[in-house]
Amino acid sequence: MSVLAMSNIQKSFGSNHVLKDITFHVDKGEVVSIIGPSGSGKSTLLRCATFLETIDSGTIRYDDRNAAETVNGKAVYAKNLNDFRHIFGLVFQNFNLFPHFSVLKNMMDAPVSVLHRNKEEVREECMALLAKMDLAGKADAYPCELSGGQQQRVSIVRALAMKPEILFFDEPTSALDPELTGEVLKVIKQLADEKMTMVIVTHEMPFARAVSDRVVFMDKGVVVEQGKPEELFGQTQNERTKQFLQNYSNT
Amino acid sequence: MTLLNIILKMAEGLEKTCAIFFLTLLFAIPLGMIVALLRGSKFKIISAIARVYISVLRGTPLMLQLIAVTYGPYYLFGISISRNKLIPVVIAFTINYAAYFAEIYRSGIDSMPIGQYEAAQVLGYSKIQTFFKIILPQVIRRILPSLTNEIVTLVKDTSMAFTVSYQEMFTIGKQIANSQTSFVPFVVTGVFYYVFNAVVGFVMGRVEKKMSYYKI
Repeated sequence: MSVLAMSNIQKSFGSNHVLKDITFHVDKGEVVSIIGPSGSGKSTLLRCATFLETIDSGTIRYDDRNAAETVNGKAVYAKNLNDFRHIFGLVFQNFNLFPHFSVLKNMMDAPVSVLHRNKEEVREECMALLAKMDLAGKADAYPCELSGGQQQRVSIVRALAMKPEILFFDEPTSALDPELTGEVLKVIKQLADEKMTMVIVTHEMPFARAVSDRVVFMDKGVVVEQGKPEELFGQTQNERTKQFLQNYSNT
Repeated sequence: MTLLNIILKMAEGLEKTCAIFFLTLLFAIPLGMIVALLRGSKFKIISAIARVYISVLRGTPLMLQLIAVTYGPYYLFGISISRNKLIPVVIAFTINYAAYFAEIYRSGIDSMPIGQYEAAQVLGYSKIQTFFKIILPQVIRRILPSLTNEIVTLVKDTSMAFTVSYQEMFTIGKQIANSQTSFVPFVVTGVFYYVFNAVVGFVMGRVEKKMSYYKI
C-alpha cells in the first residue's frame, strides 16, 4: 500500500515551472532517495508533499485519502489538513529546532500540545528515543549548545516523537561540515534498517546508493528515471542520468 | 524649605509619575502588539489604518497629543471628560507609546526566520500556538534591548504631563523652584529621574540576563 501517492503535480513560481506533471509514490517501509541537480524541483516536491508549498494542480494522497485534489483544474486542499500532518515528519536542511526549548522540550512539546498525549508517557518515549540515538545526556541542553550533527539528530528525533508513518529529509547533511555528516547518515541508515518509510532528498550519492530501495532522478521539473540503486547508479541507459552521475564522480 | 522638605514634596509627585509610567506600560505593551499585528494584516485596509496610526502618533509631538487628549474633548464637544487628569494623560501616553512599541514588535517579528514557522506548521501547531509558543518568546528576547530603550525614555517623558499641569514630579519640582527662586529643586528632580531609570535599567538587565539562556 502506498503511504504517499502524488499524481500529476504541477507547480509554478510565477513564470518558473518547477514541477511538470510529477507522479510519485512511496510504499510502506520503502526508502526512496531523490537526486538531481540544483533547481531540478526535488526540494519543491518535498515541500509540496508536506504542504509547505501549495500545488497548482494534481492529487496528493496519504493512506489512500485525498489531502489535495484537482477540481476544475485547480488544486483543492482537504479541510482537515492538520490530520494529514500527523502522518508525516520533515527534517529540514538547517534543522529549524526551536532555540528557546531544551532538546527534550523540542521533542515533547508537539506530541503533548498538538496530539494532546499524556505528558509522562511522551517523556518516557522521548528519553528512550534520545538514548537510542546516543543523545541521552543532551535532554536538558539547548540547541545552541550542540554541534550541527547533534542538532540535526535532535531534529530527526523531534520528528520521530510524533510517530510519523513517513519521514521526509530535505538535504539533511547539506548544512553540515563534512566530518559531521557521518553521524547523521548513520542515524538515517539505522532507521532504514528498522523499515521506517522515508524519502530523502540528497546529494550524497554513495549514501543514496547504500540506503535506498529506490532512487528517483529528477531534472528540470520532471522525473527522468527511477529504479533500484544498482540499476540507476550501475547501468543506466539514460544519457541525462549518466551525465549527472558522471559530473558527480568527477568532483 | 529644607532639602528634606523638597524631597518629601517630590516623593508625592513620584507617586503620580509612577502611576503614569506603570499604567502606560500596562496598556501600551498589549496595544502595541495589537497595532503590530494589524499592521501585518493581509487585509490592505486594516494594514493601512495601522500604518496611518503609527505615522501620525510618531510624527507629531507627544506634548501636542497630551494637550489634544486632555483639552480636545472640551473644545470639540464642550465636555470635560474627567476632573482627574490622570485618565487623559495615561490615554495620551498609551496611544503614543503603543505606536513605538508596535514598530519594535514588528521589527522583532520580521526578524524571525521563516524556518521556525515552517517547523511549527509541519509539527501540526495551530497558528495561535505557533505565535504564542514559538514566535513570541523569541521575539521578546530579540526586542528586549530596544524595549528597554523605549521604557527609559518613557520615564523621562512622563515629565511632559507638566504641559497639562498634572502634578507629577517635574511639575512639582518646577513649582518649588519657582517659589523658592532656587535651582536645588531642579537638581533633586534630576536625581529622582536618574534613580528611577537606574532601577529600570537594573530590572531590565536582570530580565535580559534571565532570557539569554539560549542563543538565537
